[in-house]
Amino acid sequence: MKRNRFLIQKFWFAILGLSGLVIAIILFALIFFVTVRGFRVINWEFLTAAPKDGMTAGGIFPAIVGTFYLTLLAIAAALPVGVITAIYLNEYADRTNCLVRLSRKAVNALAGIPSVVFGLFGLALFVNFLHFGVSILSGGLTLAIMILPVIIRSSEEALSAVPFSFREASLALGASKWYTIRRAVLPTALPGIFTGAILGIGRVAGETAPIMFTAATFFTGRLPSSIRDEVMALPYHIYGLMTEGTHPEQQAPIAYGTALVLLILVLGIDLIAILWRYRSRKTKKW
Amino acid sequence: MQTENIIRRSFFLVALTSIIFLAGILVTLVVNALPALREIGLGLFTTTHWYPTAEPPEFGVIPLIAASLWITAGALLFSVPLGILFSLFLSEVLPEKIKAFLKPTVELLANIPSVVYGFFGMVFLAPLVMRLFHLPVGLNGLTASIVLGIMALPTITSVCEDSLNAVPRTYREASLALGATKWETMIHVTLPAAASGVSAAVVLGLGRAIGETMTVLMVAGGAAVIPRSLLQPMRPITANIAAEMGEAAVGGLHYQSLFALALFLLIITLFINQISDTIVEKSRQRFKVQ
Repeated sequence: MKRNRFLIQKFWFAILGLSGLVIAIILFALIFFVTVRGFRVINWEFLTAAPKDGMTAGGIFPAIVGTFYLTLLAIAAALPVGVITAIYLNEYADRTNCLVRLSRKAVNALAGIPSVVFGLFGLALFVNFLHFGVSILSGGLTLAIMILPVIIRSSEEALSAVPFSFREASLALGASKWYTIRRAVLPTALPGIFTGAILGIGRVAGETAPIMFTAATFFTGRLPSSIRDEVMALPYHIYGLMTEGTHPEQQAPIAYGTALVLLILVLGIDLIAILWRYRSRKTKKW
Repeated sequence: MQTENIIRRSFFLVALTSIIFLAGILVTLVVNALPALREIGLGLFTTTHWYPTAEPPEFGVIPLIAASLWITAGALLFSVPLGILFSLFLSEVLPEKIKAFLKPTVELLANIPSVVYGFFGMVFLAPLVMRLFHLPVGLNGLTASIVLGIMALPTITSVCEDSLNAVPRTYREASLALGATKWETMIHVTLPAAASGVSAAVVLGLGRAIGETMTVLMVAGGAAVIPRSLLQPMRPITANIAAEMGEAAVGGLHYQSLFALALFLLIITLFINQISDTIVEKSRQRFKVQ
């Protein structure tokens, strides 16, 4: 009887291990497949030249530039708003205030909205209503709204990890509340806030649906000269190469290369954030 | 003291931004969807033909909703068991050191852009599904389900593992002390104790799968007919919005009906997320008390 029970356990542990194996294989297949096929097309020209011959040759430089601008604008807009919101919610807010509770609920709700809905919102508000047109401005702002909850949450987490004694020590020395936040709380929370921001960058760089109708175009011959120009973007470029254009066979290899560049970019950014978090946790002395 | 007050007040105003955006999104969608809702009325949700560019156009979203349901159900069908099994493996079987490495790796899967998953589905999975089931094309509900399932896995695994981890050690020790095997403890004690967290994970995965856009746009096949099986090409709500928004004339009935569709999607996802939040909150309180 007893032997039987341990046999059952062995059987199920094998199943559990198998589940791990299945997931590992999926992950490996995805990364291996994209890496091997993408590696063949990536070279210096691929990274620094514009597409040519009807998207069948050349590089993806304009898409890299476009993604860079969009991400930069999104983070520049979302970071201050997100950090200040987090400071208010964590340091000032009266938890029983119904506006404060509503604000928290709104952050949670925003985090769960499908990306395509953000895209429609950006289209209706920025592109059509405010007449920003299909542009870096419209796309960047749409992306900013989308990552706002990510930044608020991670900043709040970083702020609430600051020991309470830090605040008390500063206040006891006669510092004002704002001075305490500025000189004692924020510097301590900064590594955590930055990790959140970096993770946000990784997420923004890979989003497609929010920029489809607000910023991205499949092909433009020139680099953007102002914030009101439409741009190419890496994720949209992959989608475009796979679904548009007239030479699917010649476009596919470029799509592999673009996918690899995007994957390296996003996972690389995430890795930086993770390593930074790891390091800053290690150096913590409280 | 003056600056203190100014800062407190202005920070408060900034903190209201997320409420404004949420309300703004709702209002924008409603305003743009209202003309379509008025013109088409309930027919939008009761008729079964979606031919927005035909003459006269037909706007029936049932095929799109059906496609979303098929694909989401298909995705959860394999990602939920797989996710739960894997989270048990992570939290109860593997040594702490390996877990500390594996869990972030799984969570990294969640950060891979959806367009890359869609691309992978198109070039790798679709041909595989096509050959396996002897179909004319590989872009169909099944392929979309598999890719969506893979994408939902990190969410499900991570939240599940968190809730298993939150079960007090004493539960396991009590069970083991009574002579139960590790497996019996897992399945009769730990998993039931974490049940609410596990269900929250499933609901979260559901929300993620139903709102996912790029993958289904690229992989699901795109036919706007009511699917009879998972092996048919389909056109879920999100894919339909993304595919048609570019060509719909601004302010036209087609444009407005797409906003109505987005509003429907928004309400559903808000509802789903509310459910998972409530479950998580409840389960948190449960272990706090003990």
